[in-house]
Amino acid sequence: MHLHRLEKIWLSIGIGMLAVFLIVIGTMAFSMGIKPPSEHHHTIDPTKVSETAPFDQPGLRQTGDNRYEAVMVAYAFGFEPEKMEVPVGATIDFTVTSSDVVHGFYVVGTNINLMVVPGEISHLSHTFDKPGEYLILCNEYCGTGHEYMATTIVVK
Amino acid sequence: MKSFDRSDGKLVLAHILFAFAALLIGGLAGMLQGAVRGGTLTLPANIGYYELLTAHGVLMGLIFTTYFIIGFLYSGVSHTLGGKLLPAVKKLGWIGYIVMSVGTIIGVIVILLGKASVLYTFYAPMKASPWFYIALALVVIGSWLSGFGIFYQYWKWKKTNSGKLSPLFGYMSVVTMLLWQIATIGVAVEVVVQLIPWSFGWVEQVNVVLSRTLFWYFGHPLVYFWLLPAYICWYVVIPKIIGGRIFSDSLARLSFMLFLLFSIPVGFHHQLMEPGISSFWKFLQVVLTFMVIVPSLMTAFSMFATFELNGRAKGTKGLFGWVKVLPWKDVRFFAPFMGMLIFIPAGAGGIINASNQMNAVVHNTLWVTGHFHLTVATSVALTFFGITYWLIPTVMGRVLTPRMNRLGIIQTILWCIGMFFMSGSMHTVGLLGSPRRTAYTTYNDHPDAILWMPYHVAMAIGGFILLAAVLLIVYNVIALMRAPKGETEYPIGEVSDASEPTPRFLERWGMWIGIAVALILFAYTIPLIDMLNTTVTSPGYVTW
Amino acid sequence: MHKKDEPSLKGTFVSVLLLGAFILVSWLGIFFLFMARN
Repeated sequence: MHLHRLEKIWLSIGIGMLAVFLIVIGTMAFSMGIKPPSEHHHTIDPTKVSETAPFDQPGLRQTGDNRYEAVMVAYAFGFEPEKMEVPVGATIDFTVTSSDVVHGFYVVGTNINLMVVPGEISHLSHTFDKPGEYLILCNEYCGTGHEYMATTIVVK
Repeated sequence: MKSFDRSDGKLVLAHILFAFAALLIGGLAGMLQGAVRGGTLTLPANIGYYELLTAHGVLMGLIFTTYFIIGFLYSGVSHTLGGKLLPAVKKLGWIGYIVMSVGTIIGVIVILLGKASVLYTFYAPMKASPWFYIALALVVIGSWLSGFGIFYQYWKWKKTNSGKLSPLFGYMSVVTMLLWQIATIGVAVEVVVQLIPWSFGWVEQVNVVLSRTLFWYFGHPLVYFWLLPAYICWYVVIPKIIGGRIFSDSLARLSFMLFLLFSIPVGFHHQLMEPGISSFWKFLQVVLTFMVIVPSLMTAFSMFATFELNGRAKGTKGLFGWVKVLPWKDVRFFAPFMGMLIFIPAGAGGIINASNQMNAVVHNTLWVTGHFHLTVATSVALTFFGITYWLIPTVMGRVLTPRMNRLGIIQTILWCIGMFFMSGSMHTVGLLGSPRRTAYTTYNDHPDAILWMPYHVAMAIGGFILLAAVLLIVYNVIALMRAPKGETEYPIGEVSDASEPTPRFLERWGMWIGIAVALILFAYTIPLIDMLNTTVTSPGYVTW
Repeated sequence: MHKKDEPSLKGTFVSVLLLGAFILVSWLGIFFLFMARN
């Protein structure tokens, strides 16, 4: 099939550009660990969240030098625990599940943007280099109180 | 000039009018939503924001689109594949219409009764009334029947014209409905096998990850089901309207086959932030997604080439002389052209959305809402509006008047202004973090949320302007039905002399469908098996 | 082999390059935003 010379050039440039995009994001994902969240697949009985470790004791725990684990439960319409606080430079490993419907877990101003799916456990780690009061909100519609579902994390 | 078959015209008109009725109600809902988020309106106690949002999504994204598409496709199939629909095809068209309409009415009632505030993605384990899922199933099944009609008319044309290249409109219609047929299998399985028994209570639990995967297997090609009919207008109709020629018949067909291949095995790019799917398979489907960008890059070239060759044939010179001879004052060109132009930022946004980990910047923010208000609600919608200005006169034996044309230009401009404010603000405030699908809130007056408010107000203003534009298109539709009698020719472009003969491999349907199925199996088999083996089920919840 | 003169599509070429540039710039914009927030 015949293509005009300029169309051949255009498609080469276009496809080349797309290929560069893919190489960049692919390299970041598979060589640098910068990939979409929840790489490790763990399941949980969604009706027994409050009885299943670690979610039987949700909370923020220090696990190392400036390293924390945030074990969290999303539910209609809030997050447990609420109002966490960490020092600047802290790395938090988030472990989140839902005890009812699908929720979102989004920390405004960061790339922390997880889907929280009942029966599944979501994971993501983030280093908080900048101080502030970060808003955590649910960004996946979950019912009447969806717009109130939020908490904060204070980085001092 | 052969006039459009009157009886076929009734079928076409029924679809177009139902589509605009849905647009009107959906548009009203949309305006109210914008007003609520902008802080200018509190809804009365018996109307929920999320109820309105569900109605808006279903009416705009499912009903307006599907009905217009089927009506438009049937019109072109009637005109180009024989001049008249076969009796069996007309019957299928009407039965499909009735089944879809019964489904739509049941669905809208259930939504407005507050029993299905689950939004148009109806994510489990939120559990709506079984009648909501039944309504959706009826809409899909009705559309299948309509699709079968198109397949049959095409097949019959091929048999009576053996050896001849099928007309471009008919060919593209078959690709569109084939895409739809293959894509809807996913949502049909989700709704019929998983959700209906579960919402009736015959089954206690539902596999949430599986249901989401089946939905998005459908949900991505859905947007190409919307886009391809707009592309049919751009490829086949616009050249005629501007007094030019189709740039390349083969490249047009090739682009459609590439859409068939690459718009389906890509659903994971809507699930990038989810657990339960490995990063390998997410990235693989991202790569396949990037391949579906290519036929759009080809289409962009074809469109500009059509305009440039048209200009040069009329004596224009220089790089952009062809701009001068385009019929800017003709709404049948102007509206679809604005659709084409706006597809540039629309598509660019889509590429960003699909970029694997970069999706974290935009997922579930208003940026996404801004994106699809450019793609379907502007590029596709304005093209559909542009089609209406000749389609209604053609099928009803009337003519477009200069006054109607002027109103059409005004309506197009009004739509673009409203969308500029609304979608522009949505993109910006989305990057600032404002979530989509969320009613009015300031999150306890958190400073970030306070920062979003001016943008939400701009969105509300855009929403008001758009409602005015919706009212104007509805007025125009009614006026078109009462336009003066006369004959309007169905605008079908002719292929340029410079275009090479179309290779026959583009009509080897079995081969193309085979490759499409192979790609789907490749992209989904292992992740689906993994899901069925490892994921757990959940009971249902009514959280509204 | 008969070679036809190809029509001039320079305006088309420039137009699609502008389109490509738009895609590139917008993608880079969000890429850098992503990296800044990481």
